[in-house]
Amino acid sequence: MSLVMDILTICAVSAGALFFLAGTVGLLRFPDTLTRLHALTKVDNLGLGLIVLGLLPQTSSVLFAVKLVFVWLLVQLSGAVVTQLIAGAVRHHGADG
Amino acid sequence: MSIASVFDVALVALILTIGASAILVRTAFAAVVMFVVYGLLLSMAWVRLHAVDVALTEAAIGGGMTGLLLLGAVARSRSVNVDSVRVGYPLRLAAGALCALVAAGLAVAIFYPPAPVPTLAPMVMENLPPSGLGNPVAGVLFVFRALDTLLEKVVLLLALLGVWSLAPDHAWGGTPGLQVYARPDPTLIFLAQLLPPVGIVFGIYMCWVGAKDPGGAFQGGTVLAAMWLLVIVAGLQKAPAIGRLWLRVLLVTGPVLFLAIGLAGWVFADAFLAYPAGYAKPLIVAVEAALTLSIAVALGMLAAGPPVRAQQQ
Repeated sequence: MSLVMDILTICAVSAGALFFLAGTVGLLRFPDTLTRLHALTKVDNLGLGLIVLGLLPQTSSVLFAVKLVFVWLLVQLSGAVVTQLIAGAVRHHGADG
Repeated sequence: MSIASVFDVALVALILTIGASAILVRTAFAAVVMFVVYGLLLSMAWVRLHAVDVALTEAAIGGGMTGLLLLGAVARSRSVNVDSVRVGYPLRLAAGALCALVAAGLAVAIFYPPAPVPTLAPMVMENLPPSGLGNPVAGVLFVFRALDTLLEKVVLLLALLGVWSLAPDHAWGGTPGLQVYARPDPTLIFLAQLLPPVGIVFGIYMCWVGAKDPGGAFQGGTVLAAMWLLVIVAGLQKAPAIGRLWLRVLLVTGPVLFLAIGLAGWVFADAFLAYPAGYAKPLIVAVEAALTLSIAVALGMLAAGPPVRAQQQ
């Protein structure tokens, strides 16, 4: 049983790390602010989500697991809001504003 | 090399790179952004050193609150175009030399420590149980070095007085001019309505848990201040006029209660800032709670800046 859990952890965390890598490449390579934001949101949502999902089988208590999910939700919230704010600023003032 | 040490080396390299770029970037705004990132990475380094209390403080104060204050300073200095101001070579050389001296001093202290390395940690752990506290950091802050902690909170009030004294005469006692957005942004309002209930519970929890686990008044107070500032920045609530009685009472409640308990120590426990046997923990928790409120209000008003408008009657 623990082997299955470990394999699940390795797969999910690796997939999450892959999203982080892809998002970072996107942040560095994409041409303008809006496409770079698009790359970053994937990291926030899927990358961190997969890493949290992968860490859940390794937690020692339910409380700890709930805390991890809560961290993910808070990052989701702040990521979504900050992305909206930056995109809004770009729309109103241009990329230099 | 294990995975952990690879991570540590990478973290140190990243911290050095970010630190260097905070100095080398051309604009003040970019330097502040680098400084905030530097603070967050540094807090990860403290976690790796198992100093979670320091990590929490670094993330809250070093990264978050100081970053906000510096961003405010950058915004305020826009009118003089701070990025085009060139600092003369003598001043730059002097600053560089002093920083190098500090770095050299730290390097000597770390590379050539006296043998045996002086430590008070065993004494702290030995004397902690009578206080009823479980977190040795809280023990040092509120039992063994309580005077330092008291003065630290007074310094915070002095800093606030310094900011307030920048007010023009006609605005004295008026409202601070913190305004980030010209018109209310619906997304930000949504966040300012959703997050504060969570943040307030979290701030109180951090203060409460500080007696036995990492946490404490400063970290909890910073979270509360952040929630307050979020509500102000989103435009849901105006920053209060600095002449308000309730504001000033809240500002001094923590230090005054701390001082009162300290003075009572002379009567009930034979020393200034000593706690009567058996009452240490409840007294410390009471002081921490009052300090959390005062710190939250002081940090919030620090970030809100000097008053710019006279109080509306």
